[in-house]
Amino acid sequence: MIRLANVTHDYGGRALLRGVDLHIAPGSFFFLTGPSGAGKSTLIKLCYGELKAKSGRIDLFGRDLATMTRDGLADTRKRVGVIHQDCKFLDHLTLAENVALPFIATGRPVPEADLRELLEWVGLAHHADALPPTLSGGERQRAALARAVIMTPDIVLADEPTGNVDWEMSQRLLSLLVELNRGGTAVMIATHDLNLIRNAKSQVASRTLRIADNTLQLAGAEL
Amino acid sequence: MIGFGQSRTAFTDAGRVVPASGYSAVLTAATAAAMAFLAVFALALSVSAGQLAQRWSQTLSQSATLRLSAPESELSAQTATVLEVLRTTPGIISTRILETDEQRALLEPWFGPDLPVEDLVLPRMIEIIEAPEGFDAQGLRLRLSTEVPGAVLDDHTRWRRPLVAAAGSLRGLAWVSIALLAGTMAAMITLAAGFSLAANAQVIRVLRLVGARDTFIARAFVRRITLLALVGSLAGTVLGMLAFAVLPVDGGAGFLTGLGFSGATWLVPLIIPPLSALIAWGATRAAAFRVLRRAG
Repeated sequence: MIRLANVTHDYGGRALLRGVDLHIAPGSFFFLTGPSGAGKSTLIKLCYGELKAKSGRIDLFGRDLATMTRDGLADTRKRVGVIHQDCKFLDHLTLAENVALPFIATGRPVPEADLRELLEWVGLAHHADALPPTLSGGERQRAALARAVIMTPDIVLADEPTGNVDWEMSQRLLSLLVELNRGGTAVMIATHDLNLIRNAKSQVASRTLRIADNTLQLAGAEL
Repeated sequence: MIGFGQSRTAFTDAGRVVPASGYSAVLTAATAAAMAFLAVFALALSVSAGQLAQRWSQTLSQSATLRLSAPESELSAQTATVLEVLRTTPGIISTRILETDEQRALLEPWFGPDLPVEDLVLPRMIEIIEAPEGFDAQGLRLRLSTEVPGAVLDDHTRWRRPLVAAAGSLRGLAWVSIALLAGTMAAMITLAAGFSLAANAQVIRVLRLVGARDTFIARAFVRRITLLALVGSLAGTVLGMLAFAVLPVDGGAGFLTGLGFSGATWLVPLIIPPLSALIAWGATRAAAFRVLRRAG
């Protein structure tokens, strides 16, 4: 689905990622770890085309990102759900509107029954009319998850989804993502929380990638 | 079962994805109103100058005067020749020899009422009434110069030309003003759109993230700003028209007689609001796509 071949990226001349090869297959479950500033967010952004590679090739669903039009890229977003650490909501819209935003922004009618079901799944049905700033960190993260999956994407990319929430809530988010993966959705979670990764091992067959020395490596059994 | 209450609004109104922007929206509408108000005046000037030019050329061109100077003994014969020439000139409906009383009336403003016109050797004046299509003044002059050298044709062109030219340049100035107003409006809307797009950079990022195409994002901004320009310029136009309807701009005789709208020309300023909306639409659209493409 997503394939990176010999991808290089730098920020202002400073090399951040070099020679990255990665293939995210349908139904796979990845953790992406590494110290802060190592390039986890950058790699996630490269995967859904928010950033362009300086060199190398990135294919999204078999199409070369470098030659994709802006509209073509926009259209791939319904197949890629993205969860950011800071959620990225529109604060003037209600939670239900934010979760339904992928439908609204692409001019499709909102499937209200599905939306209701989804909000119940993430435990936010009673907050449908609340504005995002009034919600707690955990509630916002679960809402972000709901928004990421409302279009039933083929893959969910999560950048530090548990960064702002307590342990219990991070476990709850993880179990939601694992449940999603069992349904066939590929998942990649960038996190520096090694406990979260260890905990997931018992629930799902995951692979852990680590960014170190500007390169992407498959982490060994030490985790 | 949960209801969605107020949360449903953006489900049907996609324009709501861009938050309302209080004072910049008010400023945009107010500027559009001011531009429209000024445009009404420029349009009034243009319409009036056009009518003025038309009136002057019409009234002055429907008649001409022929002045015949000849020795007393030949006057009658030459008058007859002239009348015959005029009769056979195409485009002349009728001719009429001015009476002595009429000549006195014409001279009175210069010489006073007691002028003994009978004792003066006055040229004979012949009034010519033209057909609407006019006659060939140049040809007539040539013919007269050979047949009756003492006859001088005055078709009022030398009076008319500067007046019509003045009205024409007034009209040109009015159109330049309208073009400047339209340009200023486009520039102002571009700035307002640029501000709005910059203030909503985060909104645009989120929309791109969830799969919105550029056209959807641009439409949300374009719709809002176009609507503001339309409402603002509608208010400005109505105020401008009210000013003409209420104020005594029709100040009797004189150069500015009839400045304003009359009859069907009252419909002319109604073009301002849709035109403003069109300008706003184009300017916002251009600004939005420029910003979106730059955002990468």
